[in-house]
Amino acid sequence: MKTLTCINCPIGCLLTVSVDEHENQCIKGNLCKRGIVYAKAELTNPTRTVTSTVRLRNAAVSQLPVKTSSPIPKGTMRACMLALKYIEVSAPVAAGDVIIENVCGTDTDIIATRSMPAITDLHA
Amino acid sequence: MQTVDLAIIGGGPAGMAAAIGAHEQGIEDIVILERENALGGILNQCIHNGFGLHAFKEELTGPEYAERYIRKVTELGIPVKLGTMVLDITPDKEITAVNPKGMLHIRAKAIILAMGCRERPRGALNIPGTRPVGIYTAGTAQKFVNLNGYLPGREVVILGSGDIGLIMARRMTLEGAEVKAVVELMPYSTGLKRNIVQCLDDYDIPLLLSHTVTEIIGRHRIEGVKVSAVDENQMPVPGSEQFISCDTLLLSVGLLPENELSMAADVSLSPVTGGAVVNERLETTTPGIFACGNVLHVHDLVDFVSEESMLAGRNAARYLQNPEPASRREIPIRSGQGVRYTVPSFMDPDTMDEVLTIRFRVNNVYRNCYICLYFDADRVYRRKARILTPGEMESVVLKKEMFTEHKGVSSITITAEEATNA
Repeated sequence: MKTLTCINCPIGCLLTVSVDEHENQCIKGNLCKRGIVYAKAELTNPTRTVTSTVRLRNAAVSQLPVKTSSPIPKGTMRACMLALKYIEVSAPVAAGDVIIENVCGTDTDIIATRSMPAITDLHA
Repeated sequence: MQTVDLAIIGGGPAGMAAAIGAHEQGIEDIVILERENALGGILNQCIHNGFGLHAFKEELTGPEYAERYIRKVTELGIPVKLGTMVLDITPDKEITAVNPKGMLHIRAKAIILAMGCRERPRGALNIPGTRPVGIYTAGTAQKFVNLNGYLPGREVVILGSGDIGLIMARRMTLEGAEVKAVVELMPYSTGLKRNIVQCLDDYDIPLLLSHTVTEIIGRHRIEGVKVSAVDENQMPVPGSEQFISCDTLLLSVGLLPENELSMAADVSLSPVTGGAVVNERLETTTPGIFACGNVLHVHDLVDFVSEESMLAGRNAARYLQNPEPASRREIPIRSGQGVRYTVPSFMDPDTMDEVLTIRFRVNNVYRNCYICLYFDADRVYRRKARILTPGEMESVVLKKEMFTEHKGVSSITITAEEATNA
């Protein structure tokens, strides 16, 4: 048996998931059907969008915010953070620019989430 | 002295939306005064996602949400002064500001206050102990990590389970720190369920509800904190104390509207919200000065900041186009049973738009209750709510037609009433 907290609304139903003698999953504790959908996704393939920063040169701040272009499997988050550790980008950058293609074999790109002009442009 | 139709103090989400709202109503002589070197305000350091679900029906990060408004402000050609700190506003709307070029004096016909809010610091909490290095508000730590690239510490305890504290628990963990506990005085977290699950549960970070930090230990650098359980009166339970070693304590214990400038302009503040007292046009008690966003009352979703601020911008434009004060009725909107505050605090049914959204917060967690709206003693509306929590802002919509049968109404009251039968 496994317990989960549903995240769809502030009620936060405590969901319990058990498997009966016929190997059928049985989800209890949900007040609405969104709880079932959530529990199934969390049990079969939980995914998260990773947001972080990479080093930024030639800009007014030293960090560029980035994210995965779509949610990635929860188990690959650590590897994704490691892949970002030594990345360095030079301004100018536009939001949406791809920073790493197909990060950790997830078929997801790391993209910039902020446009940063180069410092030379700022002074021009 | 420079003159301008509309001066907006602050270039965060509230200031930008207010400028856009005013511009859409035909006001072009605007200036946004922003103390940072970029528009966007706090959104620039909120690199996590979850913004924009209401406003754009998609999930954006803070900088992405900000960029949509920055682009719009730029496209409309609205003048912005960056690196410009406003020092004083007088009741007759004279602004004194400073930037690297020197002092600025601006006389505005209307002003929109959009300065945002500030975090409650350690000094507001009275935690006994020494005053070592390593104690930060969660937002300061967020700025260090996300904008400057510094990790404030390796072993972290977080006091307070508001959303910023939860978000920073995850962020510090992803950057290699160990978050030992999130300590919350109340028996519930004011953070979103989603953040509890995705920022704490995902990383097995313990959430200690009904607990607080009772002592800070460390001579130069913080070495640890004593944490105690608290009883129903929020007093520490003797004998429940435990020591948690840490090199960093983050405080996420509430936000306060930043209203020093408003006070200089003789704007009356609400003792409950810490923000200005406003009517349905979001106009403060000083005519021609409007307020919106977190300087008016602390919001949980930026989407509603943008919505409210667009309205403040439109109303400031109307004021500029017709500054003659109409004879106004001021009907008080009262916080009844279960309700902590409402915004606005006053309204005028004669000059209101077709609909008026009243935002409010409840003072406790209520399950299976009704949100009720009373005109004097008559209930004119009610809606069932499965759960209401102090962390989630609620709203009710007043419609002009509601007043046709209640022309002489002298007060409006909003309540959250527990359902007596199912």
